[in-house]
Formats: sequence, structure tokens, C-alpha cells
Amino acid sequence: MIQQILFVITLGIAGYFIRKRFLAIRANINLGKAKEIKDHANVRLRNMLLVAFGQKKMFKRFIPAFLHFFIYIGFLIINLEVLEFVIDGVAGTHRIFAPILGNLYPVLMNLFEFLAMAVLLACAIMLIRRNVLKIKRFWSAEMTAWPRLDANLILTTEIVLMMAIFTMNAADRVLQGQLPEHYHNTGTLFFSSYLVPLLVNTDTTVLIVLERVAWWFHIIGILGFAVYVTYSKHLHIFLAFPNTYFANVEAKGHIQNMPVVTNEVKMMLGLAEAPAATTPPAEPGRFGAKDVNDLAWNNLLAAYSCTECGRCTSECPANLTGKKLSPRKIMMDTRDRMEEVGKSLQAGGPGLGDGKTLLGNYITKEEINACTSCNACVEACPVMINPLEIILELKRYVAMEESGSPPSWNAMFQNIETSFAPWKFSPSDRFNWANELKK
Amino acid sequence: MSDVSYSVPTLAELASKGETPEVLFWVGCAGSFDERYKRVTKAFVKILNTVNVKFAVLGTEETCTGDPARRAGNEFLFQMQAMSNIQVLNGYGVKKVVTACPHCFNTIKNEYPELGGTYEVIHHSTFLQTLIGEGRITLKEGGSFKGKKITYHDSCYLGRANNVYEAPRAVLEALDADLVEMKRCRTTGLCCGAGGGQMFKEPEKGTKDINVERTEEALATGATTIAVACPFCMTMMSDGVKNKEREADVQVKDLAELIAEAQGLS
Repeated sequence: MIQQILFVITLGIAGYFIRKRFLAIRANINLGKAKEIKDHANVRLRNMLLVAFGQKKMFKRFIPAFLHFFIYIGFLIINLEVLEFVIDGVAGTHRIFAPILGNLYPVLMNLFEFLAMAVLLACAIMLIRRNVLKIKRFWSAEMTAWPRLDANLILTTEIVLMMAIFTMNAADRVLQGQLPEHYHNTGTLFFSSYLVPLLVNTDTTVLIVLERVAWWFHIIGILGFAVYVTYSKHLHIFLAFPNTYFANVEAKGHIQNMPVVTNEVKMMLGLAEAPAATTPPAEPGRFGAKDVNDLAWNNLLAAYSCTECGRCTSECPANLTGKKLSPRKIMMDTRDRMEEVGKSLQAGGPGLGDGKTLLGNYITKEEINACTSCNACVEACPVMINPLEIILELKRYVAMEESGSPPSWNAMFQNIETSFAPWKFSPSDRFNWANELKK
Repeated sequence: MSDVSYSVPTLAELASKGETPEVLFWVGCAGSFDERYKRVTKAFVKILNTVNVKFAVLGTEETCTGDPARRAGNEFLFQMQAMSNIQVLNGYGVKKVVTACPHCFNTIKNEYPELGGTYEVIHHSTFLQTLIGEGRITLKEGGSFKGKKITYHDSCYLGRANNVYEAPRAVLEALDADLVEMKRCRTTGLCCGAGGGQMFKEPEKGTKDINVERTEEALATGATTIAVACPFCMTMMSDGVKNKEREADVQVKDLAELIAEAQGLS
């Protein structure tokens, strides 16, 4: 009974923190500009199923995709066991599904053990890839102490959680022989059976405690991890789904239009009536983005969906040739700035008015100016994040609000304005190329 | 071949005769002014003449699509350009546009419709592929390219931006050449370094120029011809080849030039 009460309290505490973070993250995403995304529902659903659920884009790189696949499948299926944990915990039962499922139960438990072992090995190999092999994309400039620690914590936690499953199953198996009326027969389980000989001669009371400790460790571990995830890059396990749904469905070359500008240009060209002088001019807002609230909400969602794998940066031509631009850093900075603003607002602080901005304090002009808009980062992202959209909005702010583009771009603008070509040629010479052909 | 005369009608000329062309050839600024890319424009016009495609150009009525301005962040300038071009195109009742510039292609195809300009837009690689497929361009087997190693450099604005990967390759295969791929190709093709307005400014500080990195990759295939389908790629790859001091044995050519050459039109 005490265990049941403690369990409900534990669930409640975890629920409280998860809800708090959920609301904070939602508020941060809502800092962004409203944008209605209701088009192409079928295409979007298909993207979500293929890319998030089906991991289609992961498989462009086979080894990490293969390792990730085991963890992903393990996560999905082992969570069925967590369901049993929760019911047992609340109802005070033990392995409630065992009598219901009968002969299927040992089969499932064995399947879970194989998945747990696969997850454990995959995490171990990933730790080696990060820390021993030091694969380049895990060590680039923006991968400072915290992002590296975050990744290692996630992998280590998963390994420890899987080990708890094996310990629990082994202790349980021994107890099944000693107290068969309480401990349902699970049959021999493949991996934990190797631990059984270590426990056979242990005192029953110690075993009961060991089984309970392992059980509690596993469930608290999972709940604690669930809270941790909301502070971590690991949030992609949930947000990859909405992110792929709300991702761009147009051709990658298409840049989002600015209707505000369209109206003004139409008036300038005499294609539209100027609004009557009596109506006050609508507040045009800022052109482009200087801070997170100038970006569309789905760009902010994308920043929370980024798990910092660095595939984007490892394909970026600017980054590959030593420029400061890193598409991953663009996403990490956007997220960090959102968190900063959100925390400030929660504490009753100035929020966006804290004197800092995304462009300037986090992302520099040198970075955004190096982008070739080649879409390699967009193509590379396994969850359809588009760093290019953010980069473009920042460029728009610099060009239209600050006139602060590089001098040679300003010269190019002027050439287009005066010569209708980005180079300074006389427009009347435009057709001269044909003279030689026509003679 | 200078004794042969080709016709390059403008839309204005055709309109005054009450005629409409099958397709408008959008030349682009590089195709009009860049010394190197003017050769591509001429090669393409020669092909169009030879296969009797009824085409026209805008001549001096054409202006920049606004692509570099938009990508550098100057949305006002982009839309000014776009709307005046759309007025001209719609004024002539243009339905179909072909261009040898992937940047113009992308902008007119994907970005003009929401500003009121909807046309069927084709890149010249797809256009050439169709002409070959229809048998209007015939290339004899065992021509001058037989067995020559050619590598194709994907333009970002054709490939990733618009999923045109196969048309340029199909054109090259029709040449009976030995098409070799670079390590990074198609969806993972490396940019030449000129997109997003980079053509019009110096690169930021780094350890290497992007075009040199890409040229090294192209040279590593052992190809003697680097085929391109974009004026900016043409400049960047040519500069890269010069940087590597290989201009004596490696040439950078556009698809239209290669086809024109194979047809004895150059």
C-alpha cells in the first residue's frame, strides 16, 4: 500500500514537471509570428509518416541510421512494458499482464530483452563514436561542453535503464522459484538468465529488495528521463512528428513571399490603389527577423526539434571550407535565445526587451552572409528542419531595416535598380550577344 | 561557321507580325552579358534554329528576375523586378519559358506565380532532353565524345531546389560519353559556392574557397570535361580549374555547348 501511494506521488511529481515544461515550451514557440499552416494536409501527413515515423531520411547514412533504428524501435516497444509498470505501480499488482497474456507473456518479455540488449549496444557504440572515434560532426565549434554532455547523459541513462530491466528480470526469475504464488512464471528470459546464477544463492528478502529497487530505479529513471528530455536536445523524440508535419512542402528553391512588400510594390507601380488617406496605415512590423519573435512559430518549433546531429553542418559548403556558418548552430542559437526570453518572462523579467537579440548576440552577420542557399542542410536534416528560412529572415532584416548588407551586395542592388542586371552593364547592350549570330 | 546566319526574333517583332512563338527563351543576365556564358546562349540559339523550334527572346525588354536581390534579403527590389517582368510577360501572353539559368528557372517557376505570373517553365537541360527524346536532335553514335570522361556538376537550383537530376545526365549520355560521377552528387552535390548572391561578393573568411573544393572533387574523377548547366557554376568551376592550373587539359562546358559541338554547330 505504501508503495502504491509512493508510486502515485512519483507519477504526480513527474507529471507536474512535464506539464510545466510543456507549457513553457509552448509559450516560447508562441513567441513566434502566427502563420496558418493548413494546406496540403495529405502531403504533410505523408511526410510525418515516412520521415518521422518511418525514419526515411535517416537512412541516407546507414551506420547511424541502423543504430538509431534499434533505439527507436526499442523505445516504442519497451514502452508497452512501461504501461504494465504503471498499472502495477498504481494497482499494487505484480506483472499484471502475465496471467492475462498467458503463453504470449514470456515471448513478449524475451522480445523486450532482445530490444533492450540492442538499445544497450547501440548506445554503447554511439558513445564510442562520439567520445573515442570523435566523429567530426560531434566536435565542431558549436558543440561546446553542454551539448556534448547532454548527448552523453542521454546515452548513458539509456544504458543504465536497460541494465535495470535485466537485473529486475533476473531477480524476478529466481523469486519465481521461491515464491511462485506472488511471482508469475515468465519462463527463461534470454539475456537476464545469464545473471540468474549470480543470484540463485541470495537470500529471498535481499532478492525481493533487489527486484523492487530495480523496478523503482527503472520507473523513476524513465520518469526522470521524461522530465530531462524537455530540457534537452532529446525533445526530437516527440517534436519530430509535428515538425515534419508543419515543414515546408513547396519546392526547396521557393522562398516564402512577403505579402506586405507585395502591397507596397503594387502601389509604387500603380497596380493597386493606395489606401484612402483617412485610414491609418497598418503597422507594418519589422521586415525580416532580428529576434525570435520575428520568426514564424514553425521555425521556433523546428529549433526545439533539433537533436544536434550535425548532418546539416557536415554537408554545408560554407562550413566545410572553414567559414563560421553552421546550420546546426543557427537552430541551437534560436532555441537558446527562446529559452532565455522564456525564462526571463517567467521570472517577471523584460523578456525580449533584455537588450539582447538573436541577430547580434547569438548569430553574427558573418555567419548568415556565408550562406549559399544551396539547400544542402535542408536536404540533410532527418526531421525536415529548414535553417535556410531563418537565415533568410535574418538577411532580410539586415538588408531592409539596416541597409547593412555587405558593400558588394549593396552595389549589386544598385546595379539591378539602375541597369536591371546585377552587373553594371548598359541595359541597351543586353541584346548585343545576338549581333554576331544574325549577320 | 560565321557565314551561317541564325534568326533571333524578339517577342516585340513577332507580336508586330501578329505571331506568337512556341516558347520564350529567357536569356538571363549572365547569358546576355557574361563573356563566357554568351557562348552558351549562342549555342542554344543555334540548336533552336537547327531543330526549327519557333522561339523568341525579349531582347532589351528582359531584366533581372530579382533572384540575387531576394536571396541577399532585399525583398523590395526582388518584387519590383518580378512585377515588372510579369507585366511584360503577361502583356505578351507568354505561356511557356525556357532558360539556361537555373536561378532564373527557379524564380520564374516557383516565385512568380504568387505575384501573378504563371507559366510553364523549363530548364534548357530538360528542353534538350525532350528534343533528343523526340528525335529532333540526333546524335550519331561514336561521335567525337565517345569514350571521353565527362563529369556533371549538379547545380543546387536545378537539383535540390527543383529535383532536376536526371535530365542533364540524360543529355550527356546521349553524347555517348563516359559519364563519371563525383563523390558528392545529385541530392548531396556540393554547391559551387556562388548561390544565394555569393556570386556578387567575396566569400567570408575561411580555410578554402568552395569552388576549389568542388573542382578538386571533379578532377578526382579523372574527367576531362566538367559539364555544368548554370552560369554561376560555369564561372566558379572555370575559376577552380584555373586555380588548379588544369585549364590546358580540362574544360568546363555547358550542356548546350556540348550538344552544339556534337552537331557541328560551334
